[in-house]
Amino acid sequence: MRRLITGLVLMALCVSYAEANVVEHQLDNGMKVIIKQDRRAPIAVSQVWYKVGSSYEFGGITGVSHVLEHMMFKGTDNHPPGEFSRIIAANGGDENAFTGRDYTAYFQTMASDRLEVSFELEADRMRNLLLLPEEFAKEVEVVKEERRMRTEDKPQSLTYERFLAGAYESSPYRTPVIGWMADLDSMQVEDLQVWYRKWYAPNNATLVVVGDVEPDKVIALAQRHFGPLKPEQVARPKPRLEPAQRGSKRITVKVPAKQPYLVLGYKTPVVGKADEAWEPYALEMLAYVMDGGSSARLSNNLIRGSKLAVAADASYSAFSRLPGMLVMDAVPAPDSTIDVVEKALLKEVEQFKTELVSEDEMERVRNQIIAAKVYEKDSVFYQAMLIGQLETVGLNWRLADEYVDHLKAVTAEQIRQVAQKYLVEDNLSVAVLEPLPLENSMAKPVSKGIAHAH
Amino acid sequence: MHTNAWIRCIVFCCGLLLTGWATAAPLIQTWQTANGAKVLFVEAPEIEMVDVRIVFDAGSARDGDKQGVTSFTNSLLSEGAGDWNAYQIAERMEGVGAQLATGSLRDMAWVSVRSLTESKALSTALETLAAVVAEPRFTDEDIERQRQSILAGLVQDEQSPGSLGKKRLYRLVFGDHPYAGDPEGSIESVKAITREDIVAAHKRLYVAKNALVAIVGALSMQEAESIADRVTGGLKPGEAVPKLPTVKPLQTAIDEQIPFPSTQSHLYIGQPGMRRGDADYFTLYVGNHILGGSGLVSLLSHEVREKRGLSYSVYSYFLPMRQIGLFQMGLQTKNDQAGEALQVVRNTLKRFIEDGPTAKELEAAKQNITGGFPLRIASNGKIVEYLAVIGFYDLPLDYLDSFTEKVNAVTREQIQDAFQRRIDPDRLVRVQVGRITPLAQVSKQSDADSSK
Repeated sequence: MRRLITGLVLMALCVSYAEANVVEHQLDNGMKVIIKQDRRAPIAVSQVWYKVGSSYEFGGITGVSHVLEHMMFKGTDNHPPGEFSRIIAANGGDENAFTGRDYTAYFQTMASDRLEVSFELEADRMRNLLLLPEEFAKEVEVVKEERRMRTEDKPQSLTYERFLAGAYESSPYRTPVIGWMADLDSMQVEDLQVWYRKWYAPNNATLVVVGDVEPDKVIALAQRHFGPLKPEQVARPKPRLEPAQRGSKRITVKVPAKQPYLVLGYKTPVVGKADEAWEPYALEMLAYVMDGGSSARLSNNLIRGSKLAVAADASYSAFSRLPGMLVMDAVPAPDSTIDVVEKALLKEVEQFKTELVSEDEMERVRNQIIAAKVYEKDSVFYQAMLIGQLETVGLNWRLADEYVDHLKAVTAEQIRQVAQKYLVEDNLSVAVLEPLPLENSMAKPVSKGIAHAH
Repeated sequence: MHTNAWIRCIVFCCGLLLTGWATAAPLIQTWQTANGAKVLFVEAPEIEMVDVRIVFDAGSARDGDKQGVTSFTNSLLSEGAGDWNAYQIAERMEGVGAQLATGSLRDMAWVSVRSLTESKALSTALETLAAVVAEPRFTDEDIERQRQSILAGLVQDEQSPGSLGKKRLYRLVFGDHPYAGDPEGSIESVKAITREDIVAAHKRLYVAKNALVAIVGALSMQEAESIADRVTGGLKPGEAVPKLPTVKPLQTAIDEQIPFPSTQSHLYIGQPGMRRGDADYFTLYVGNHILGGSGLVSLLSHEVREKRGLSYSVYSYFLPMRQIGLFQMGLQTKNDQAGEALQVVRNTLKRFIEDGPTAKELEAAKQNITGGFPLRIASNGKIVEYLAVIGFYDLPLDYLDSFTEKVNAVTREQIQDAFQRRIDPDRLVRVQVGRITPLAQVSKQSDADSSK
């Protein structure tokens, strides 16, 4: 199976090349504007990134960042609920928003001569959101349906959610982005009002524009629409540092399902918070050697070699606001078991501690990353994503261009060192999905070939 | 699988060529290789990369009585070919940063490659692609391993109410037509497939006259010609496959309930829809854009999500295929709201068929479709997919150039008329998967209009 690529890993893989034509500017109110010119097609993507997400939340209000994201489409003083989307659609635009652990972002992609439409609407909802109680009452139900769809009725997603909740002690990465159901049930529109006032201000936002644009004109447009917005006192979130883990953890998730599933994770450092600056890059390389394609170790050893697993993935992200984990997950082959697959994954980890990674494997990873940087030029959206994510987790967009060089500099010995230091049993959490019978699902379908009564 | 970002609404891929054109459409050049494969090429000089996609008329509609054999065959292509086993194929491609992918659906099966134009990378990628389509090994070991992987996927589908519902919908809408079966086959059918079945499927379907090659990249015409020859060079000319049978209209409505221990009920509603190149194509496409094809601003989304908060995603689409493909509507909602949601969808559809769109709705749809055209051909990745569809379905080469004009020409009356002729709200298949509130109760509820 292909590597499980998540969030920043994907972005990091697909950076656009270094001669990037990027202009950076700060408005007087503190809002950062980053523009990257790409004239290949007459389009532009505009993204507004806020430094807020589920890792800024605390007990009782989990999911509030994401619900607020939904409510950002529900009206301001100037535009009634739903009009935002209608105006973008009428301009041929493609729009959406997403919430992550470290960010909430809104985007529109349109013909590049429509950029002002997007700026006008984004500036308006940055400060003038209505948050109508009747709209909130409906939208929070939509979010609960989203949670049911994404998590409650998906055995693997549910297992992964409980894995994170159990693996982290104090880090806010333990809470699901979409929030716990009980918190959604008790959420009030006032919770959103507080959250909106606290985080939605120009000095807590980054505007990223990539496409067929003139940077000077974009800055002037940004000044016109975002410039007049008042900044706020934005408090930094509490550190909530994860304490050192004191021994391995095991989580069992029993849920109606047909197939077992396994997740393993080791606590790891991130860029900007590591003992040595190279450690996160060594961990990136390690994850690629394990799962950077079909020739990588997990596919070759577990899926094809021993045939113990039908799916096996590894992922790690060097760029997040807080330290995370190197995570592996797997689905055992029908004639295999969780225990056997778990041992096989641990054996793969052990090998990194005892044997140096071969130069062949290192070279293959480097070539893939270099090529992926070229391919990334095919998408203005991903180019903007990478800039926005790096800036919003408190790093610098230039890291995107330096990424390949950082990875190239990693040695096989450094990979062994990070494996020996971080991939240790006391640092490990394991979650296992134990399928319960899908009782009544096996009943025969009830079919009726009747015309409907009217 | 596990994503940190929660995309707010799912944009459903309609498999339609969504277009309108602001500047000039890319120039498509076309020719045939010596052994009879059709080629479509667009020159894209800006990025030093190449996309090649070879599409075969080798989807599950060609399974015959060996359900799943075409998908099984396609998935084995990259597991061993020519001089190389699965690891060697992967190592060759990944060693030069090239990407290889295979896939198959009901109409088509494909193999695609993305590579840098740098000569070592490109020649390695092309050589591998040529072997993968023409000389797959199909060793017993690879077949058994792949069989376990497919079976595991099918078992996973059984724990997904969405997968269960969608498979059942196809079965009920298409009856005894080859489109009825799931492309992956069933647990039983996949267990029964032999190496001989796979070899026979490959021999019959992976031939030049059954192939379409789409190429986009920083290449001259001569280079593209040479690439087309190289990647199809090993294919026998063979024969194009015969026409598929036509899809019969539904004779009656069918309601089916599949009990499942999920928190939500998944509703799938469908009927035979339209073909590629259908006379009503643009009319139905624009009409559906208004009904349920335009995300949050569609009528279905307005009624089900925005007004009532019943579902995170609700949509309708036509999936035009070689023969008439599916018209589908769907949503997921907590079990005790399933009846209400179904009623709203049904009323919205009925009203749309009876009244057609308003002038304002049609105008907004046209603005969105035509204004958004530059986005849809803004990358090589998107253009190569368009080429594959245009070439595979023998659509006119000016398809992209004339799209805006054809969209703009659609009238309210045409939409109303086409939906009235093509979609019968009294003969829908409705599949519900979840903890069941009997549909019978739903039918007894009033048909009161749910209009704005």
